[in-house]
Amino acid sequence: MKISEIAKILDARILVSNSNLDSRIKYGFASDLMSDVLTLDEEEIILITGLCNIQTIRTAEMANINCLLFVRNKQASEEMIELAMENDMIILQCEYSLFRTVGLLYEKGLRPVY
Amino acid sequence: MHNEFKVVEGDFANAGKASSDIKKTLKQLNIDNQKIKKIVVAVYEAEVNAIAHAYGGTIYVDIDQDKIVVVIDDVGPGIPDMDKAMTKGFSTASAKVREMGFGAGMGLPNIKNNVDELEIKTEVGVGTEVKMVVNFQ
Ligand SMILES: Nc1ncnc2c1ncn2[C@@H]1O[C@H](COP(=O)(O)OP(=O)(O)OP(=O)(O)O)[C@@H](O)[C@H]1O
Ligand SMILES: [Mg+2]
Repeated sequence: MKISEIAKILDARILVSNSNLDSRIKYGFASDLMSDVLTLDEEEIILITGLCNIQTIRTAEMANINCLLFVRNKQASEEMIELAMENDMIILQCEYSLFRTVGLLYEKGLRPVY
Repeated sequence: MHNEFKVVEGDFANAGKASSDIKKTLKQLNIDNQKIKKIVVAVYEAEVNAIAHAYGGTIYVDIDQDKIVVVIDDVGPGIPDMDKAMTKGFSTASAKVREMGFGAGMGLPNIKNNVDELEIKTEVGVGTEVKMVVNFQ
């Protein structure tokens, strides 16, 4: 699924988009546990999370995850935005709850990692 | 190539600086991407542990032709029961650490999965030294 499609489905705001919004994502993964994210082998994923701090970006950096989505309108700090830009990440933000977000994307055909 | 980094207790803003620096260095050395990921995930988990569970310490990084050796030496409470600590799901993380997204009890098992050699020396009331080796070949 294209990242631009994901943004459209969720009516999401694009906070950082240094990379191409038309690039494709294979899987979705939702977690607030960073060590959980760090066990993944898959890299073409969108990380959907309610955990919005600098460690979320760091974790994505280490796991080679390029695309993040913050739910419930969680606000990214300037520091987070900077680090995300440095790493050519795309960051989306939507208003929906984690449950609704994941449900909508699943319904539209985004596959889970497991 | 030798490099050192300081880690400070509770300093989550800077957790990952060392791993990030190592990642850049290994990329310049044209190490395989999957290898780099294994290394930086392990170092990052250990770095966060030193910040979350100990009172800070030093990270020593040595890179040569065929391997990387990272030692994370902290001053801290030590680990009283190593077997328990290595068990998936075991965690004594504080509320603050959990707020930062850690405390799943998966860090140490994760490190073990990603490195070729892991050696942990720990003394209760003194500190912990985590040594990791990953071969490049
Ligand atoms: N450097 C350390 N000093 C003291 N105790 C430690 C240290 N590293 C790990 N521990 C102990 O071992 C437990 C398990 O560590 P592990 O990294 O597996 O999980 P965690 O840090 O609690 O959570 P996670 O890594 O999943 O975010 C910790 O909760 C802590 O009790
Ligand atoms: Mg840990």
